[in-house]
Amino acid sequence: MADSESFVQLLTPSGHYRQHNEYAVDFTPQQYRDIYRDLVIVRRLDAEATALQRQGELGLWASLLGQEAAQVGSGRALQPQDVAFPSYREHGVAWCRGLDPIAPLRLFRGVDHGAWDPADTNFHLYTIVIGSQTLHATGYAMGVTKDGQVGSEDGAAVITYFGDGATSQGDLNEALIWASGFAAPVVFFCQNNQYAISAPSTRQSRIPLYLRAAGFGLPGIQVDGNDVLACYSVTQAALRRARLGEGPTFIEAYTYRMAAHTTSDDASRYRPSSEVELWQQRDPIARYRAYLEREQLADAEFFADTDSQAQQLALKLRAQTLALPDPPPRAIFDQVYAEPSAQLAEQQEKFAAYLDSFADNDGEAATAGSQGLGGSTS
Amino acid sequence: MTVMTLSKALNAGLRAAMEADARVLLMGEDIATLGGVFRVTDGLAKDFGEGRVIDTPLSEAGIVGTAIGLALRGYRPVCEIQFDGFVYPAYDQIVTQLAKMHYRSAGRVQLPVVIRIPFGGGIGAVEHHSESPEAYFAHTPGLKVVSCADASDAYVMIQQAIASDDPVIFFEPKRRYWDKAEVDQTQDLLDAAVTPLHAARIVRVGRDVTVVAYGPMVKTCLAAALSAADCNQELEVIDLRSLSPLDFEPVLSSVRKTGRLVVVHEAPRTVGLGAEICARVSEECFYHLEAPPLRVTGFDTPYPPARLEEHYLPDVERILTSVDIVMSHR
Ligand SMILES: Cc1ncc(C[n+]2csc(CCOP(=O)(O)OP(=O)(O)O)c2C)c(N)n1
Repeated sequence: MADSESFVQLLTPSGHYRQHNEYAVDFTPQQYRDIYRDLVIVRRLDAEATALQRQGELGLWASLLGQEAAQVGSGRALQPQDVAFPSYREHGVAWCRGLDPIAPLRLFRGVDHGAWDPADTNFHLYTIVIGSQTLHATGYAMGVTKDGQVGSEDGAAVITYFGDGATSQGDLNEALIWASGFAAPVVFFCQNNQYAISAPSTRQSRIPLYLRAAGFGLPGIQVDGNDVLACYSVTQAALRRARLGEGPTFIEAYTYRMAAHTTSDDASRYRPSSEVELWQQRDPIARYRAYLEREQLADAEFFADTDSQAQQLALKLRAQTLALPDPPPRAIFDQVYAEPSAQLAEQQEKFAAYLDSFADNDGEAATAGSQGLGGSTS
Repeated sequence: MTVMTLSKALNAGLRAAMEADARVLLMGEDIATLGGVFRVTDGLAKDFGEGRVIDTPLSEAGIVGTAIGLALRGYRPVCEIQFDGFVYPAYDQIVTQLAKMHYRSAGRVQLPVVIRIPFGGGIGAVEHHSESPEAYFAHTPGLKVVSCADASDAYVMIQQAIASDDPVIFFEPKRRYWDKAEVDQTQDLLDAAVTPLHAARIVRVGRDVTVVAYGPMVKTCLAAALSAADCNQELEVIDLRSLSPLDFEPVLSSVRKTGRLVVVHEAPRTVGLGAEICARVSEECFYHLEAPPLRVTGFDTPYPPARLEEHYLPDVERILTSVDIVMSHR
């Protein structure tokens, strides 16, 4: 439910620039090239992660293929002081925030649950439970207001990412109510990639999603999610509104999930390949490259350089992944609480003794102290 | 008898229930077109139509809340929650409404709703996809809670759950979905020979130690019993099947015979089902006990990352360790 009339588009699928009376970008040639580099790198790293999963090195991977423009456009519109609350597919935003690309792979390999420090890059942990993070972003934004960090051009803003499926969850609807009611400086960035696993977005809504915002009392805007310049410009304006204390905005980036939902999914069960082919013609990177070439903002050497840089990064990511050690078994007990728990410490000790019993007996089954593992009731 | 996977057996059971009663309908995320992420409902939308196999919006509170409404209207909804860790948005509807409507209405309103939940770990999944939340539900009066352990039981129990006039939380051992067993699709479920939904079952007879489990751990306990037999220890393995109400009688009479009890579950230890069983056995069989009852369980931590799950999950080695301890009391 979108077309070039209803959504903001600055670049057509063939890479022609379209004037818009409200939105534009004001990039130096270098900035144009940097954006291209981001797009190519996040796609290449994503392909590497998918390959690593296929080779058994990751348990799962949620590909961003097709959503690079939505993520890089919005991600690059953020200022360092802004904070992002992602779902689990925002590897492109993570890249823009400066998160080490290995971090999400650790999660999908199963060596940790994310474990990066959100404060390092102002990029919160991935959230797998659909919709939850939108409330966290709203509360965080309320805190930003309380701390007096809104009201000027250098104020802070918050952005939260979620999919079309998430719009059916209570949490997101409540987040919109709260953000609107408290004029929280938060941008709701919905990537409508048209599917929630197998459910088409029409299962979640009979009207375009951005129109829902009005009912909650905040502006809603639809943007061509495969147009990196439009995504940048629209997000920048919404962040500015938030920064100035004018309240939240809902952005629907209309895009397409070109890969399956995850590496566990078989998309052929619910969508025809002709649909995917149609969207390949609207590829976000191809159109941007066509634009750069037409405007002579980049030359063949730059494109070749970018590809080889992406390739280097992919190889590095692969090597880092293969070198990830499994955590030691006793790490299961670490970091459950901020303050020590005697009950848990006792369990951890017993487990350690149990593991040690194998070491002593050279792999033979052994008796761990006088109480069973998991403890006794005596 | 047909040999089929546990997932296929559930599919066959759902099909039989839908054929038997036109008021049975299925609802959940990705269950119609996709056939469910574990393919438990594969083909049912094609055969029964999208009016009876409903792909819902992505909203668990909505799934259970509207199932309650449909049940009030005379339907028998069977909800699928995609994974254990995603039941919580529906938790309010389950605990405050589904569980209590019969009591609040002084028995005037019945809610024959089944909530199917794939649960437990062992499949190398990311966070929220490997949890064992059964105690939350077993701790809620008004709900019935069951778990099947193999294909044959899955086929029968899902039909019994759908036939129940009480709400049933139906836990499916997701790592056993692909395990095969013989399933008799000709049996009459009303036959007295068919084990009732809320009865425990002795799945292996033994004289030395009573080992109690349910869901995915039944298979692990049977494997432990096989190894124990090599050392001349005879384990009696009981599959609880029903977690609420609990069928204590087979457990108590077994412990009276063996004098020793080990309870096994994946869920964290503290305030889990094992605590209840050990408490009850201590109350009822104190003078028959030769050793303190033991629990072999997950730890009191969140479910760990996949690369650590083999250490978190009870396995044969850990069960045998506890068996050795209870056996060492003479
Ligand atoms: C509360 C909850 N229910 C179910 C799931 C299982 N699940 C994971 S992703 C997904 C679809 C999400 O679709 P959408 O919000 O559109 O985001 P996308 O994956 O398309 O980026 C579902 C149902 C979940 N993670 N959380």
